[in-house]
Amino acid sequence: MKSHLLALSLLLPFMAFAGCTPVSSTKRNPIELSGQLVLTGSSTVAPLATEIAKRFEQQHPQVRVDVQTGGSGKGIADVRLGVADIGMASRPLASDETDLTAHRIAADGVGLIVHASNSVDELSQEQVIAIYTDKINNWKEVGGDDKEISVVHKAEGRATLEVFLKHYEIDNPSVKGDVIVGENEHAVKTVAGTKGAIGYVSIGTAEADIESGVPIRLLPLNGVAANTANVASGVFPMSRPLNLVTSGSPTELASRFIQFCQSAEVHDLVKSQYFVPVTSESDIAK
Amino acid sequence: MRSDRSLTIVTRALAAISAAIVLLIIVFLLRESTPALRQLGFSRFFTDASWHPLSDQFNLTPMIVATLVTSVGAVAIAAPLGIASAVFVNYYAPRPLAGMHRRLIELLAGIPSVVFGLWGLVVLAPIIATFGGSGQNLFTATVVLGLMVLPTVALLSDTAIAALPEEWIQGAAALGMGRSAIVGWIVLPGARRGICSGIILALTRALGETMAVLMLAGNIVEMPSSLLSPGRTLNANIALELGYASAGHRSVLFVSGLMLMLLVSMIVLFVSRREGNQA
Repeated sequence: MKSHLLALSLLLPFMAFAGCTPVSSTKRNPIELSGQLVLTGSSTVAPLATEIAKRFEQQHPQVRVDVQTGGSGKGIADVRLGVADIGMASRPLASDETDLTAHRIAADGVGLIVHASNSVDELSQEQVIAIYTDKINNWKEVGGDDKEISVVHKAEGRATLEVFLKHYEIDNPSVKGDVIVGENEHAVKTVAGTKGAIGYVSIGTAEADIESGVPIRLLPLNGVAANTANVASGVFPMSRPLNLVTSGSPTELASRFIQFCQSAEVHDLVKSQYFVPVTSESDIAK
Repeated sequence: MRSDRSLTIVTRALAAISAAIVLLIIVFLLRESTPALRQLGFSRFFTDASWHPLSDQFNLTPMIVATLVTSVGAVAIAAPLGIASAVFVNYYAPRPLAGMHRRLIELLAGIPSVVFGLWGLVVLAPIIATFGGSGQNLFTATVVLGLMVLPTVALLSDTAIAALPEEWIQGAAALGMGRSAIVGWIVLPGARRGICSGIILALTRALGETMAVLMLAGNIVEMPSSLLSPGRTLNANIALELGYASAGHRSVLFVSGLMLMLLVSMIVLFVSRREGNQA
C-alpha cells in the first residue's frame, strides 16, 4: 500500500503535465481538426514539410501528417491518382499539369560565391560554363588576377546542384570540379579558405555567413544581385519555387495545412532550412 | 561453481550476440545492394568510365584506392609517433610528465571527428592551398586522419609495453645493456603483438572514419595521381550522396558500403592469419 502511494505521488506531477497540453491547445483552436494527411514528393521540400508538420501536429493533436519522399514527379502522380492528399514539387508546374494547383510555400535560390578578395565583379553565362567545364582555368582570363581557379562542385543528387545544372544547362559528367562538397556550409568554408575558388550555394546560407564575417562574396547573375529579397520577389534567375500541389478541391484539413505552411508562423522553419519564405500576397496566389 | 556456470552462459550469449550483429550487418548490406548487383553485375563497378550514378556510370575503383591510400597513410604517420610516445612514457619521461602525457593522449582520443575535420578545413587546408589547388586533397585528409588514429596506437602500445615482465628488463640491465638497447632489443620485440593489434585497430578506425575525410579529401572521384590530388573514400561517398539518393542510386551506394566491408574483412583476415602463423 505504501509503495503504491509512493508510485502515485511520483507519477502525479507527470500526469498533471500530460493533462495540461491538450487543454491549452483546444483553447487556441476552438474547432478541432482531426484526420490524416499524406504528403509525397520532392526530397527538397520533404524536410521542410516534416518540420512544419510537426508543429502543425502539436497545435492539432488529432491530426497525423505523414510525409513521404520520392521526387517531385511522384508527388504530382500521387496527387492525380488520389494516393496522396498533397504533393510536394520543387519546381513550377509544367504546361501539361494545369489540372493541378500549386501553392508556393517557399523559394530556393542558388548564388555563385567567390573569395572576398577576388576582383571579378560578375561572370557571364558563357564564362561560368567554361569555368565549370574546365575550359577556363585562370581568373585572368575573365578579367581577374593571375590565379588558378578552384572549381567547387556539389555531390550528385544535391538540390542546389540540380538548380545550378539546370540554369546553365550543363550535363553533370562534363563538369570538371577540383573539390566536391556536400553541405552548403562545407562549400562556404572551402571557398573562404581558398583565394581562387568559385562555388555555388543556397543564397540564404551565404547571406548568413557573410553577415557573420566569413570572407566570401555573392556574384550577381545577369545584373541581378544575389540576395534573398530578389529570390523572394522572383527576379533572381537561378531559383525555383517550392510548391505544395493539390488537385480539384482539397479537403478542409489539406487547405488548413497549406495555409499554415504559407503563414508567417512557419517562417523561422523555412529560414532554418535556408529557403526563402513567401512574403507578398502575389506569391501566395501563385 | 554455480556462479561459474551462469557466467559461462552470460558470456556465451553476449559473444553470440556480438557475432550475430556483424552477420546481420552483412546480410543487410547484401539485401540492400542486391537490386544493383543483379541489374549491373559485379564487374561494372570496376570497369565503368567514371562514377556518375545518375548518368549510369558506377566505377568504384578510384574510391577503393583513395580509401586505402588515406588509411594506410594515416597509419604510416600514426604508428611511429604512437610507438615513440608509448616508449617515451614508459622509459624516458619523468613520472609526473608521463602521467600528464598519458592524459593528453587520452584527451586527443576523445576529440570528435567533426572537430578534427573543421580544424583541418579552416586551418590546415588553407596552408596546404598555398602549394596550389584548394588544399582539400588526400594529403590533408591523411595528415588529419593520422592525428585521429594516433591515440589508438599510442595507448595500446603503452599498455603492451607496460605489461612486459619486469624480470626481462632487469635481466637485460644486469647484462649491461643500455636503455636504448633494452628498448630496441627487448621492449619492442616483446610487445610486438600488442603494438600490432594497436596498429590494426588504428587502420580499421582510419578505414571507417567518414566526416573528417569528407571535409578534407576534396571528394573528386578520379584515380589519384599524387598525394596532392583530391580523392573520395567509400564512406565519404555514402555520406555525400545517401541523403539525396532514391531507389537505384541508393542501392549502388550500398554496394559501395559492401565494398568497404569486404576491404576491412580482407585486411583483418590477412593480418589475423599472419599473426596466427607467427604465434
